[in-house]
Amino acid sequence: MSLPVVLFWFYGAVLIGAALAVVLVRNPVHAALFLVLSFFTAAALWLLLYAEFLALTLVLVYVGAVMVLFLFVVMMLDIDLVRLRAGFWRSLPIALLVGVLMAAEMIALLLRSSSGPGAVSAPAADYSNTRALGEVLYTDYVFPFEIAAVILLVAIIAAIALTLRQRKETKYQNPSAQLAVHAGDRLKIVKLASETTVTREAPKGEGAA
Amino acid sequence: MIALQHYLVLGALLFAISVIGIVMNRKNLIVLLMAIELMLLAVNMNFVAFAHALGDLSGQVFVFFILTVAAAESAIGLAILVALFRNLRSIHVDDLGSLKG
Repeated sequence: MSLPVVLFWFYGAVLIGAALAVVLVRNPVHAALFLVLSFFTAAALWLLLYAEFLALTLVLVYVGAVMVLFLFVVMMLDIDLVRLRAGFWRSLPIALLVGVLMAAEMIALLLRSSSGPGAVSAPAADYSNTRALGEVLYTDYVFPFEIAAVILLVAIIAAIALTLRQRKETKYQNPSAQLAVHAGDRLKIVKLASETTVTREAPKGEGAA
Repeated sequence: MIALQHYLVLGALLFAISVIGIVMNRKNLIVLLMAIELMLLAVNMNFVAFAHALGDLSGQVFVFFILTVAAAESAIGLAILVALFRNLRSIHVDDLGSLKG
């Protein structure tokens, strides 16, 4: 067996084990960490398929951003584990039935079709996956690319709008009220007649002393 | 030699595992979200394998868009989860029946 084959079987085994741990482990923090492991292993498998840009994107976007978000949320929430795990193993038979049947069907179909594209071959030495992907992405797929950007913007706004709340005890600024203000509302100019002579009475008790 | 089928079987196994996870973790919203992420990973695995085996980059472009949408989905899902926990002090699925659907 050559090195890529050994690596494929090793990473495949790790990926399946980590995925099983994600869905079976008791603590949600551990589940999130096992999900990080499975994403990382999947990125390694994609590297074996010479999809290096997507592998790096998976590590950066998922391990770096999404899983950190997951960990933040899991650690922030105070979860009643006992109640959440109640009846967990009771649904094992039906879950196993559905899962194993589904996997068996798909694998049977896949193994039957012996024809089709064969072994994975290496691309040329000067081939750059990132460059090729960029050339396709900015020409043929430029419109879906911009829609993806808009989707991300909508997600940002939606996430902030869902979690933003204004507490009563904290003071905050209202930018529209700040911008709508005029100088005349704040500053009042009063005309006063200028006085020329200041009459000042002498204190009364001084002469007697 | 690693054939296309190896990757497809791996994706199928991953998908089945996440289906099992969704059925077993019905009460736990966070692990449900994680199982959905695993499912999307299985689909992406198939896309990358096909893109390489067929020599067509469109599959990889599709994975790129799936990653974008999945990131947006998990961000909004977690925001909903946080808002839910603030109001109910719980993420148990049985507590979410206020719409009586």
